[in-house]
Amino acid sequence: MLVQNLAVLVLAGFVGFAVISKVPNTLHTPLMSGTNAIHGIVLLGGLIVLGLGAESVLDKILLVIAIAFGTINVVGGFLVTDRMLAMFKDRSKGTGK
Amino acid sequence: MSRDILIQCLYIVAFALFIYGLMGLTGPRTAVRGNLIAAVGMGIAVVATLLTPGMGNWLLIVLGVVLGTIVGVPAAKRVKMTAIPQMVALFNGVGGGAVALIAWVEFRQSDGFAHEPVYVAVASLFSAIVGSVSFWGSNIAFGKLQELISGRPIGVGRLQQPLNLLLLLGSVACAALIATGTDNEWLMIGLLVAAAVLGVMVVLPIGGADMPVVISLLNALTGLSAAAMGLALNNTALIVAGMIVGASGSILTNLMAKAMNRSIPAIVAGGFGGGGGTGTVIEGDRSVRRTSASDAAIQMAFANQVIIVPGYGMAVAQAQHAVREMAELLESKGVSVVYAIHPVAGRMPGHMNVLLAEADVPYDRLKEMDEINREFSRTDVAMVIGANDVTNPAARTDQDSPIYGMPILNVDESRSVIVLKRGMAPGFAGVDNALYFDPKTSMLFGDAKSSVNEVTEELKAL
Repeated sequence: MLVQNLAVLVLAGFVGFAVISKVPNTLHTPLMSGTNAIHGIVLLGGLIVLGLGAESVLDKILLVIAIAFGTINVVGGFLVTDRMLAMFKDRSKGTGK
Repeated sequence: MSRDILIQCLYIVAFALFIYGLMGLTGPRTAVRGNLIAAVGMGIAVVATLLTPGMGNWLLIVLGVVLGTIVGVPAAKRVKMTAIPQMVALFNGVGGGAVALIAWVEFRQSDGFAHEPVYVAVASLFSAIVGSVSFWGSNIAFGKLQELISGRPIGVGRLQQPLNLLLLLGSVACAALIATGTDNEWLMIGLLVAAAVLGVMVVLPIGGADMPVVISLLNALTGLSAAAMGLALNNTALIVAGMIVGASGSILTNLMAKAMNRSIPAIVAGGFGGGGGTGTVIEGDRSVRRTSASDAAIQMAFANQVIIVPGYGMAVAQAQHAVREMAELLESKGVSVVYAIHPVAGRMPGHMNVLLAEADVPYDRLKEMDEINREFSRTDVAMVIGANDVTNPAARTDQDSPIYGMPILNVDESRSVIVLKRGMAPGFAGVDNALYFDPKTSMLFGDAKSSVNEVTEELKAL
Protein backbone atom coordinates (compact mmCIF):
# COMPACT_ATOMS: atom_id res chain seq x y z
CA MET A 1 0.00 0.00 0.00
CA LEU A 2 2.81 2.37 0.95
CA VAL A 3 4.63 1.79 -2.31
CA GLN A 4 1.49 2.40 -4.34
CA ASN A 5 0.79 5.58 -2.43
CA LEU A 6 4.35 6.77 -2.88
CA ALA A 7 4.04 6.20 -6.62
CA VAL A 8 0.87 8.28 -6.65
CA LEU A 9 2.66 10.95 -4.60
CA VAL A 10 5.57 11.22 -7.01
CA LEU A 11 3.36 11.29 -10.09
CA ALA A 12 1.12 13.94 -8.54
CA GLY A 13 4.23 16.02 -7.89
CA PHE A 14 5.15 15.91 -11.55
CA VAL A 15 1.61 16.82 -12.55
CA GLY A 16 1.85 19.83 -10.23
CA PHE A 17 5.11 20.92 -11.87
CA ALA A 18 3.78 20.40 -15.38
CA VAL A 19 0.52 22.25 -14.88
CA ILE A 20 2.07 25.33 -13.34
CA SER A 21 5.25 25.83 -15.32
CA LYS A 22 3.65 28.22 -17.79
CA VAL A 23 1.47 30.82 -16.15
CA PRO A 24 1.39 34.53 -16.94
CA ASN A 25 2.45 36.73 -14.01
CA THR A 26 -1.00 38.22 -14.08
CA LEU A 27 -2.55 35.06 -12.79
CA HIS A 28 -0.07 34.27 -10.05
CA THR A 29 -2.23 35.69 -7.27
CA PRO A 30 -5.43 33.90 -8.31
CA LEU A 31 -3.41 30.75 -8.88
CA MET A 32 -1.86 30.91 -5.44
CA SER A 33 -5.30 31.46 -4.01
CA GLY A 34 -6.73 28.57 -6.05
CA THR A 35 -4.05 26.08 -5.02
CA ASN A 36 -4.55 27.36 -1.49
CA ALA A 37 -8.21 26.37 -1.69
CA ILE A 38 -7.28 22.92 -3.00
CA HIS A 39 -5.12 22.06 -0.02
CA GLY A 40 -8.28 22.62 2.00
CA ILE A 41 -8.68 18.94 1.06
CA VAL A 42 -7.31 18.33 4.56
CA LEU A 43 -10.96 18.70 5.48
CA LEU A 44 -11.33 15.09 4.35
CA GLY A 45 -8.78 14.01 6.94
CA GLY A 46 -10.86 15.61 9.67
CA LEU A 47 -14.05 14.01 8.35
CA ILE A 48 -12.52 10.53 8.25
CA VAL A 49 -10.90 10.66 11.67
CA LEU A 50 -13.97 12.12 13.35
CA GLY A 51 -16.46 10.03 11.40
CA LEU A 52 -14.72 6.72 12.06
CA GLY A 53 -14.75 7.26 15.76
CA ALA A 54 -13.35 9.81 18.14
CA GLU A 55 -14.04 8.86 21.72
CA SER A 56 -12.75 11.43 24.15
CA VAL A 57 -14.20 14.91 24.42
CA LEU A 58 -10.84 16.54 23.68
CA ASP A 59 -10.48 14.50 20.48
CA LYS A 60 -13.94 15.59 19.39
CA ILE A 61 -13.26 19.24 20.11
CA LEU A 62 -9.93 19.16 18.26
CA LEU A 63 -11.51 17.48 15.25
CA VAL A 64 -14.48 19.85 15.09
CA ILE A 65 -11.98 22.72 15.05
CA ALA A 66 -9.96 20.92 12.39
CA ILE A 67 -13.07 20.44 10.24
CA ALA A 68 -14.05 24.07 10.73
CA PHE A 69 -10.53 25.15 9.74
CA GLY A 70 -10.59 22.90 6.68
CA THR A 71 -13.99 24.24 5.65
CA ILE A 72 -12.79 27.85 6.01
CA ASN A 73 -9.81 26.96 3.85
CA VAL A 74 -11.95 25.37 1.12
CA VAL A 75 -14.96 27.66 1.04
CA GLY A 76 -13.05 30.88 1.66
CA GLY A 77 -10.32 29.92 -0.79
CA PHE A 78 -12.60 29.17 -3.72
CA LEU A 79 -14.80 32.21 -3.09
CA VAL A 80 -11.90 34.64 -2.91
CA THR A 81 -10.36 33.16 -6.04
CA ASP A 82 -13.68 33.47 -7.81
CA ARG A 83 -14.02 37.10 -6.79
CA MET A 84 -10.57 37.89 -8.13
CA LEU A 85 -11.15 36.07 -11.38
CA ALA A 86 -14.63 37.44 -11.95
CA MET A 87 -13.00 40.80 -12.49
CA PHE A 88 -10.83 39.47 -15.27
CA LYS A 89 -13.81 37.82 -16.91
CA ASP A 90 -16.10 40.86 -16.89
CA ARG A 91 -13.43 43.03 -18.38
CA SER A 92 -12.47 40.69 -21.21
CA LYS A 93 -16.15 40.54 -22.18
CA GLY A 94 -16.24 44.33 -22.24
CA THR A 95 -13.39 44.58 -24.72
CA GLY A 96 -14.87 41.82 -26.84
CA LYS A 97 -11.82 39.63 -26.62
CA MET B 1 -16.34 -3.42 -0.71
CA SER B 2 -18.20 -2.01 -3.68
CA ARG B 3 -18.75 1.15 -1.65
CA ASP B 4 -14.96 1.44 -1.29
CA ILE B 5 -14.52 1.17 -5.02
CA LEU B 6 -17.19 3.80 -5.58
CA ILE B 7 -15.36 6.14 -3.18
CA GLN B 8 -12.04 5.52 -4.91
CA CYS B 9 -13.65 6.21 -8.30
CA LEU B 10 -15.16 9.44 -7.01
CA TYR B 11 -11.73 10.43 -5.71
CA ILE B 12 -10.29 9.83 -9.17
CA VAL B 13 -12.98 12.04 -10.66
CA ALA B 14 -12.25 14.65 -7.99
CA PHE B 15 -8.56 14.95 -8.60
CA ALA B 16 -9.00 14.80 -12.35
CA LEU B 17 -11.20 17.87 -11.85
CA PHE B 18 -8.52 19.50 -9.65
CA ILE B 19 -5.93 19.05 -12.35
CA TYR B 20 -8.27 20.22 -15.11
CA GLY B 21 -9.31 23.16 -12.98
CA LEU B 22 -5.72 24.16 -12.30
CA MET B 23 -4.96 23.99 -16.01
CA GLY B 24 -7.83 26.41 -16.49
CA LEU B 25 -6.44 28.71 -13.84
CA THR B 26 -3.31 29.23 -15.89
CA GLY B 27 -5.09 31.20 -18.64
CA PRO B 28 -7.07 34.41 -18.19
CA ARG B 29 -10.08 33.32 -20.19
CA THR B 30 -10.46 29.87 -18.70
CA ALA B 31 -9.59 30.85 -15.14
CA VAL B 32 -13.07 31.42 -13.71
CA ARG B 33 -14.27 28.12 -15.08
CA GLY B 34 -11.09 26.43 -13.84
CA ASN B 35 -11.72 27.60 -10.32
CA LEU B 36 -15.32 26.42 -10.50
CA ILE B 37 -14.25 23.02 -11.80
CA ALA B 38 -11.76 22.61 -8.96
CA ALA B 39 -14.50 23.58 -6.48
CA VAL B 40 -16.81 20.94 -7.96
CA GLY B 41 -13.98 18.44 -7.57
CA MET B 42 -13.70 19.39 -3.91
CA GLY B 43 -17.44 18.91 -3.46
CA ILE B 44 -17.24 15.43 -4.99
CA ALA B 45 -14.27 14.53 -2.76
CA VAL B 46 -16.18 15.61 0.35
CA VAL B 47 -19.32 13.67 -0.62
CA ALA B 48 -17.23 10.59 -1.40
CA THR B 49 -15.58 10.78 2.00
CA LEU B 50 -18.93 11.03 3.74
CA LEU B 51 -19.94 7.77 1.99
CA THR B 52 -17.18 5.90 3.84
CA PRO B 53 -18.77 2.87 5.56
CA GLY B 54 -19.11 3.26 9.31
CA MET B 55 -19.14 7.05 9.41
CA GLY B 56 -20.63 8.46 12.59
CA ASN B 57 -20.50 11.58 14.72
CA TRP B 58 -22.68 13.26 12.11
CA LEU B 59 -23.79 16.07 14.37
CA LEU B 60 -20.24 17.06 15.14
CA ILE B 61 -19.29 16.87 11.47
CA VAL B 62 -22.16 19.16 10.57
CA LEU B 63 -21.19 21.46 13.42
CA GLY B 64 -17.62 21.77 12.14
CA VAL B 65 -18.69 22.39 8.54
CA VAL B 66 -21.31 24.94 9.58
CA LEU B 67 -18.84 26.77 11.81
CA GLY B 68 -16.30 26.89 9.01
CA THR B 69 -18.89 28.14 6.53
CA ILE B 70 -20.15 30.83 8.90
CA VAL B 71 -16.62 32.15 9.32
CA GLY B 72 -15.26 31.53 5.83
CA VAL B 73 -18.01 32.80 3.55
CA PRO B 74 -18.42 36.31 4.97
CA ALA B 75 -14.64 36.66 5.28
CA ALA B 76 -14.19 35.82 1.61
CA LYS B 77 -17.16 37.90 0.44
CA ARG B 78 -16.35 41.03 2.40
CA VAL B 79 -12.59 41.24 2.13
CA LYS B 80 -11.40 44.21 0.13
CA MET B 81 -9.36 43.46 -2.97
CA THR B 82 -6.40 45.24 -1.40
CA ALA B 83 -6.48 42.87 1.56
CA ILE B 84 -6.43 39.70 -0.55
CA PRO B 85 -2.82 38.75 0.30
CA GLN B 86 -3.47 38.56 4.02
CA MET B 87 -6.72 36.71 3.41
CA VAL B 88 -4.88 34.07 1.41
CA ALA B 89 -2.33 33.85 4.23
CA LEU B 90 -5.11 33.29 6.74
CA PHE B 91 -6.91 30.65 4.66
CA ASN B 92 -3.58 28.92 4.18
CA GLY B 93 -2.90 29.05 7.90
CA VAL B 94 -6.13 27.39 8.95
CA GLY B 95 -5.43 24.59 6.46
CA GLY B 96 -2.08 23.99 8.16
CA GLY B 97 -3.75 24.20 11.55
CA ALA B 98 -6.28 21.56 10.56
CA VAL B 99 -3.46 19.19 9.55
CA ALA B 100 -1.63 19.69 12.85
CA LEU B 101 -4.81 19.07 14.87
CA ILE B 102 -5.67 15.91 12.95
CA ALA B 103 -2.14 14.58 13.49
CA TRP B 104 -2.45 15.27 17.19
CA VAL B 105 -5.73 13.32 17.42
CA GLU B 106 -4.17 10.49 15.40
CA PHE B 107 -1.44 10.33 18.02
CA ARG B 108 -3.97 10.24 20.86
CA GLN B 109 -6.14 7.57 19.25
CA SER B 110 -3.34 5.17 18.38
CA ASP B 111 -1.52 5.35 21.74
CA GLY B 112 1.43 7.16 20.21
CA PHE B 113 1.23 5.27 16.90
CA ALA B 114 1.96 2.06 18.84
CA HIS B 115 -0.24 -0.08 16.59
CA GLU B 116 0.61 1.62 13.32
CA PRO B 117 3.35 0.90 10.78
CA VAL B 118 6.38 3.17 11.10
CA TYR B 119 5.58 5.07 7.92
CA VAL B 120 2.21 6.15 9.34
CA ALA B 121 3.95 7.56 12.40
CA VAL B 122 6.59 9.32 10.29
CA ALA B 123 4.06 10.81 7.87
CA SER B 124 1.76 11.97 10.68
CA LEU B 125 4.60 13.52 12.64
CA PHE B 126 5.91 15.25 9.53
CA SER B 127 2.48 16.68 8.83
CA ALA B 128 2.17 17.78 12.47
CA ILE B 129 5.44 19.72 12.34
CA VAL B 130 4.83 21.29 8.94
CA GLY B 131 1.18 22.02 9.68
CA SER B 132 2.04 23.79 12.91
CA VAL B 133 4.82 25.83 11.26
CA SER B 134 2.44 26.78 8.47
CA PHE B 135 -0.41 27.75 10.82
CA TRP B 136 1.64 30.03 13.02
CA GLY B 137 3.81 31.36 10.21
CA SER B 138 0.71 32.27 8.20
CA ASN B 139 -0.88 34.00 11.16
CA ILE B 140 2.24 36.12 11.61
CA ALA B 141 2.22 36.87 7.88
CA PHE B 142 -1.41 37.92 8.21
CA GLY B 143 -0.57 40.11 11.19
CA LYS B 144 2.24 41.79 9.31
CA LEU B 145 0.25 42.45 6.16
CA GLN B 146 -2.75 43.65 8.16
CA GLU B 147 -0.28 45.86 10.01
CA LEU B 148 -1.23 44.41 13.39
CA ILE B 149 2.48 43.68 13.71
CA SER B 150 5.18 45.95 12.34
CA GLY B 151 5.97 45.14 8.72
CA ARG B 152 9.62 45.77 9.45
CA PRO B 153 11.80 42.77 10.13
CA ILE B 154 11.76 41.80 13.81
CA GLY B 155 14.43 39.43 14.96
CA VAL B 156 16.98 38.52 17.55
CA GLY B 157 19.97 39.25 15.35
CA ARG B 158 22.76 36.72 15.06
CA LEU B 159 21.05 34.28 17.36
CA GLN B 160 18.14 33.93 14.94
CA GLN B 161 19.45 31.09 12.84
CA PRO B 162 20.92 28.97 15.65
CA LEU B 163 17.63 29.45 17.51
CA ASN B 164 15.54 28.40 14.51
CA LEU B 165 17.77 25.39 14.00
CA LEU B 166 17.39 24.49 17.66
CA LEU B 167 13.60 24.70 17.43
CA LEU B 168 13.60 22.53 14.33
CA LEU B 169 15.88 19.98 15.95
CA GLY B 170 13.70 20.07 19.06
CA SER B 171 10.54 19.20 17.19
CA VAL B 172 12.31 16.56 15.10
CA ALA B 173 13.75 15.05 18.30
CA CYS B 174 10.24 14.84 19.80
CA ALA B 175 9.08 13.21 16.57
CA ALA B 176 11.95 10.71 16.65
CA LEU B 177 11.16 9.71 20.24
CA ILE B 178 7.49 9.23 19.39
CA ALA B 179 8.25 7.26 16.25
CA THR B 180 10.57 4.92 18.15
CA GLY B 181 7.77 3.98 20.50
CA THR B 182 7.59 6.52 23.33
CA ASP B 183 3.93 7.12 24.13
CA ASN B 184 3.98 10.40 26.01
CA GLU B 185 1.53 13.06 25.00
CA TRP B 186 3.78 15.85 26.27
CA LEU B 187 6.25 14.91 23.53
CA MET B 188 3.52 15.49 20.94
CA ILE B 189 2.56 18.79 22.55
CA GLY B 190 6.23 19.75 22.75
CA LEU B 191 6.58 18.96 19.05
CA LEU B 192 3.61 21.13 18.14
CA VAL B 193 4.77 24.01 20.34
CA ALA B 194 8.37 23.91 19.07
CA ALA B 195 7.08 23.91 15.50
CA ALA B 196 4.71 26.77 16.33
CA VAL B 197 7.50 28.90 17.77
CA LEU B 198 9.61 28.01 14.74
CA GLY B 199 6.85 29.24 12.42
CA VAL B 200 6.63 32.50 14.33
CA MET B 201 10.40 32.98 14.45
CA VAL B 202 10.88 32.26 10.77
CA VAL B 203 8.27 34.74 9.56
CA LEU B 204 8.79 37.56 12.09
CA PRO B 205 12.20 38.64 10.78
CA ILE B 206 11.02 38.75 7.19
CA GLY B 207 10.45 42.19 5.73
CA GLY B 208 7.31 43.19 3.92
CA ALA B 209 8.93 42.97 0.49
CA ASP B 210 9.50 39.25 0.87
CA MET B 211 6.03 38.53 2.21
CA PRO B 212 4.49 37.26 -1.04
CA VAL B 213 7.26 34.72 -1.38
CA VAL B 214 6.75 33.59 2.19
CA ILE B 215 3.00 33.17 1.76
CA SER B 216 3.60 31.12 -1.35
CA LEU B 217 6.19 29.02 0.48
CA LEU B 218 3.80 28.38 3.37
CA ASN B 219 1.12 27.50 0.83
CA ALA B 220 3.41 24.86 -0.67
CA LEU B 221 4.26 23.57 2.81
CA THR B 222 0.61 23.15 3.74
CA GLY B 223 0.16 21.20 0.52
CA LEU B 224 3.03 18.89 1.46
CA SER B 225 1.65 18.38 4.94
CA ALA B 226 -1.73 17.47 3.43
CA ALA B 227 0.01 14.93 1.19
CA ALA B 228 1.82 13.42 4.20
CA MET B 229 -1.49 13.25 6.03
CA GLY B 230 -2.85 11.40 3.00
CA LEU B 231 -0.07 8.82 3.29
CA ALA B 232 -0.84 8.34 6.98
CA LEU B 233 -4.58 7.98 6.40
CA ASN B 234 -4.12 6.00 3.18
CA ASN B 235 -6.30 8.52 1.35
CA THR B 236 -5.54 9.02 -2.34
CA ALA B 237 -7.42 12.29 -2.67
CA LEU B 238 -5.34 13.89 0.06
CA ILE B 239 -2.11 12.57 -1.42
CA VAL B 240 -2.83 13.80 -4.93
CA ALA B 241 -4.33 17.18 -4.07
CA GLY B 242 -1.75 17.90 -1.38
CA MET B 243 1.16 16.96 -3.60
CA ILE B 244 -0.11 18.97 -6.56
CA VAL B 245 -0.31 22.02 -4.34
CA GLY B 246 3.09 21.25 -2.86
CA ALA B 247 4.69 21.00 -6.29
CA SER B 248 2.92 23.91 -7.93
CA GLY B 249 3.42 26.05 -4.83
CA SER B 250 7.14 25.36 -4.90
CA ILE B 251 7.34 26.44 -8.53
CA LEU B 252 5.36 29.58 -7.84
CA THR B 253 7.58 30.39 -4.87
CA ASN B 254 10.65 29.94 -6.99
CA LEU B 255 9.27 32.15 -9.78
CA MET B 256 8.57 34.91 -7.28
CA ALA B 257 11.93 34.63 -5.59
CA LYS B 258 13.61 34.78 -9.00
CA ALA B 259 11.72 37.92 -9.93
CA MET B 260 13.31 39.57 -6.92
CA ASN B 261 16.69 38.00 -7.53
CA ARG B 262 16.50 36.37 -4.14
CA SER B 263 17.06 32.79 -3.17
CA ILE B 264 14.52 31.06 -0.97
CA PRO B 265 17.10 30.15 1.71
CA ALA B 266 18.19 33.80 1.84
CA ILE B 267 14.61 34.88 2.36
CA VAL B 268 13.94 32.32 5.07
CA ALA B 269 17.19 33.31 6.76
CA GLY B 270 15.58 36.71 6.95
CA GLY B 271 16.85 40.21 6.93
CA PHE B 272 15.77 41.77 3.64
CA GLY B 273 15.70 45.40 4.62
CA GLY B 274 16.93 44.26 8.00
CA GLY B 275 18.47 46.70 10.41
CA GLY B 276 21.93 46.21 8.93
CA GLY B 277 21.53 49.17 6.60
CA THR B 278 24.29 48.18 4.23
CA GLY B 279 22.85 50.18 1.35
CA THR B 280 24.15 53.55 0.39
CA VAL B 281 22.30 56.03 2.55
CA ILE B 282 21.31 59.09 0.67
CA GLU B 283 21.56 62.11 2.90
CA GLY B 284 18.71 64.53 3.28
CA ASP B 285 20.60 67.41 1.71
CA ARG B 286 20.00 66.10 -1.81
CA SER B 287 17.05 67.95 -3.17
CA VAL B 288 14.01 66.60 -4.90
CA ARG B 289 11.88 68.56 -7.32
CA ARG B 290 8.25 69.03 -6.37
CA THR B 291 5.49 69.43 -8.88
CA SER B 292 1.80 70.29 -8.78
CA ALA B 293 -1.22 68.46 -10.14
CA SER B 294 -1.69 71.03 -12.90
CA ASP B 295 1.92 70.77 -14.07
CA ALA B 296 1.68 66.99 -14.05
CA ALA B 297 -1.57 67.17 -16.04
CA ILE B 298 -0.04 69.43 -18.70
CA GLN B 299 3.08 67.27 -18.91
CA MET B 300 1.00 64.17 -19.58
CA ALA B 301 -1.62 65.73 -21.83
CA PHE B 302 1.04 66.65 -24.35
CA ALA B 303 2.92 63.38 -24.21
CA ASN B 304 2.75 60.73 -26.92
CA GLN B 305 3.00 57.89 -24.50
CA VAL B 306 2.52 57.64 -20.76
CA ILE B 307 3.53 54.58 -18.79
CA ILE B 308 1.85 54.14 -15.44
CA VAL B 309 3.87 52.20 -12.87
CA PRO B 310 1.58 51.10 -10.03
CA GLY B 311 2.80 49.77 -6.70
CA TYR B 312 1.56 49.03 -3.24
CA GLY B 313 0.81 52.72 -2.65
CA MET B 314 -1.94 52.50 -5.27
CA ALA B 315 -3.43 49.52 -3.46
CA VAL B 316 -3.34 51.22 -0.07
CA ALA B 317 -4.97 54.37 -1.41
CA GLN B 318 -7.55 52.33 -3.38
CA ALA B 319 -6.59 54.54 -6.29
CA GLN B 320 -7.15 52.02 -9.10
CA HIS B 321 -10.51 53.46 -10.22
CA ALA B 322 -9.15 57.02 -10.15
CA VAL B 323 -6.16 55.85 -12.18
CA ARG B 324 -8.36 54.25 -14.81
CA GLU B 325 -10.43 57.40 -15.08
CA MET B 326 -7.30 59.50 -15.56
CA ALA B 327 -5.97 57.08 -18.17
CA GLU B 328 -9.23 57.20 -20.13
CA LEU B 329 -9.17 60.97 -20.13
CA LEU B 330 -5.59 60.93 -21.40
CA GLU B 331 -6.54 58.49 -24.13
CA SER B 332 -9.41 60.71 -25.21
CA LYS B 333 -6.71 63.34 -25.74
CA GLY B 334 -4.78 60.97 -27.99
CA VAL B 335 -2.16 59.91 -25.46
CA SER B 336 -1.30 56.24 -25.44
CA VAL B 337 -1.38 54.86 -21.90
CA VAL B 338 0.02 51.52 -20.79
CA TYR B 339 0.73 50.03 -17.40
CA ALA B 340 4.09 48.56 -16.38
CA ILE B 341 3.59 45.66 -14.02
CA HIS B 342 6.60 44.51 -12.05
CA PRO B 343 6.26 40.83 -11.11
CA VAL B 344 6.41 41.60 -7.39
CA ALA B 345 4.77 45.01 -7.32
CA GLY B 346 2.38 45.15 -4.40
CA ARG B 347 2.28 42.37 -1.89
CA MET B 348 1.73 39.43 -4.20
CA PRO B 349 2.61 38.62 -7.78
CA GLY B 350 -0.28 39.77 -9.89
CA HIS B 351 -1.63 41.98 -7.11
CA MET B 352 -1.61 45.00 -9.42
CA ASN B 353 -3.28 43.05 -12.21
CA VAL B 354 -6.09 42.08 -9.89
CA LEU B 355 -6.64 45.65 -8.73
CA LEU B 356 -6.51 47.14 -12.21
CA ALA B 357 -8.83 44.44 -13.50
CA GLU B 358 -11.23 45.37 -10.73
CA ALA B 359 -11.14 48.91 -12.08
CA ASP B 360 -11.93 47.64 -15.63
CA VAL B 361 -8.54 48.46 -17.08
CA PRO B 362 -8.26 46.45 -20.32
CA TYR B 363 -6.08 43.38 -19.92
CA ASP B 364 -3.94 44.19 -22.97
CA ARG B 365 -2.79 47.49 -21.47
CA LEU B 366 -0.96 45.70 -18.70
CA LYS B 367 2.60 45.02 -19.78
CA GLU B 368 4.99 42.70 -18.03
CA MET B 369 8.46 43.82 -17.10
CA ASP B 370 10.49 42.39 -19.98
CA GLU B 371 8.08 43.76 -22.54
CA ILE B 372 7.76 47.25 -21.10
CA ASN B 373 11.42 47.82 -20.28
CA ARG B 374 12.15 48.31 -23.99
CA GLU B 375 9.50 51.03 -24.11
CA PHE B 376 10.69 53.40 -21.40
CA SER B 377 13.36 55.05 -23.55
CA ARG B 378 10.63 55.92 -26.08
CA THR B 379 8.25 57.24 -23.46
CA ASP B 380 7.62 60.87 -22.58
CA VAL B 381 6.22 60.49 -19.11
CA ALA B 382 6.43 57.62 -16.65
CA MET B 383 4.04 58.05 -13.75
CA VAL B 384 5.03 56.04 -10.68
CA ILE B 385 2.08 55.56 -8.33
CA GLY B 386 3.20 54.29 -4.96
CA ALA B 387 5.88 51.96 -6.30
CA ASN B 388 9.33 52.27 -4.84
CA ASP B 389 11.86 49.45 -4.69
CA VAL B 390 10.86 48.02 -8.07
CA THR B 391 11.90 51.30 -9.73
CA ASN B 392 15.12 51.90 -7.83
CA PRO B 393 18.05 52.20 -10.27
CA ALA B 394 20.38 51.24 -7.42
CA ALA B 395 19.35 47.66 -8.13
CA ARG B 396 21.32 47.96 -11.41
CA THR B 397 24.19 50.13 -10.30
CA ASP B 398 24.91 50.04 -6.57
CA GLN B 399 26.60 46.80 -5.62
CA ASP B 400 26.29 47.63 -1.92
CA SER B 401 22.55 48.02 -2.04
CA PRO B 402 20.52 45.21 -0.46
CA ILE B 403 18.36 45.13 -3.56
CA TYR B 404 21.33 44.99 -5.97
CA GLY B 405 20.60 42.59 -8.80
CA MET B 406 16.83 42.64 -8.45
CA PRO B 407 15.28 43.13 -11.89
CA ILE B 408 13.60 46.52 -11.95
CA LEU B 409 11.44 48.61 -14.24
CA ASN B 410 13.77 50.99 -16.03
CA VAL B 411 11.64 53.99 -15.24
CA ASP B 412 14.70 56.24 -15.17
CA GLU B 413 15.17 55.74 -18.93
CA SER B 414 12.00 57.62 -19.82
CA ARG B 415 12.21 61.29 -20.73
CA SER B 416 10.51 62.47 -17.55
CA VAL B 417 9.19 60.82 -14.43
CA ILE B 418 6.38 61.87 -12.11
CA VAL B 419 6.37 60.11 -8.76
CA LEU B 420 3.20 60.07 -6.66
CA LYS B 421 4.12 59.43 -3.07
CA ARG B 422 2.90 60.27 0.39
CA GLY B 423 6.29 61.34 1.68
CA MET B 424 9.96 60.57 1.38
CA ALA B 425 9.78 57.38 3.41
CA PRO B 426 11.79 54.55 1.90
CA GLY B 427 10.10 51.44 0.48
CA PHE B 428 9.80 48.09 2.16
CA ALA B 429 13.41 47.22 1.56
CA GLY B 430 14.26 50.26 3.66
CA VAL B 431 16.45 51.70 0.91
CA ASP B 432 16.40 55.24 -0.44
CA ASN B 433 15.45 55.52 -4.08
CA ALA B 434 17.94 57.33 -6.29
CA LEU B 435 15.19 57.81 -8.86
CA TYR B 436 13.63 60.56 -6.72
CA PHE B 437 16.79 62.64 -6.87
CA ASP B 438 17.14 62.31 -10.65
CA PRO B 439 16.90 65.76 -12.25
CA LYS B 440 14.16 64.62 -14.65
CA THR B 441 12.01 63.32 -11.82
CA SER B 442 9.37 65.46 -10.17
CA MET B 443 7.52 64.47 -7.05
CA LEU B 444 3.79 64.90 -6.44
CA PHE B 445 3.32 64.42 -2.73
CA GLY B 446 0.04 63.31 -1.22
CA ASP B 447 -2.34 60.38 -1.03
CA ALA B 448 -2.24 58.55 -4.37
CA LYS B 449 -5.99 58.65 -4.87
CA SER B 450 -6.46 62.35 -4.19
CA SER B 451 -3.36 63.21 -6.25
CA VAL B 452 -4.68 61.24 -9.21
CA ASN B 453 -8.10 62.84 -8.81
CA GLU B 454 -6.55 66.30 -8.79
CA VAL B 455 -4.60 65.51 -11.94
CA THR B 456 -7.81 64.26 -13.55
CA GLU B 457 -9.60 67.49 -12.66
CA GLU B 458 -6.76 69.49 -14.15
CA LEU B 459 -6.88 67.36 -17.30
CA LYS B 460 -10.58 68.07 -17.66
CA ALA B 461 -9.90 71.77 -17.38
CA LEU B 462 -7.26 71.74 -20.12
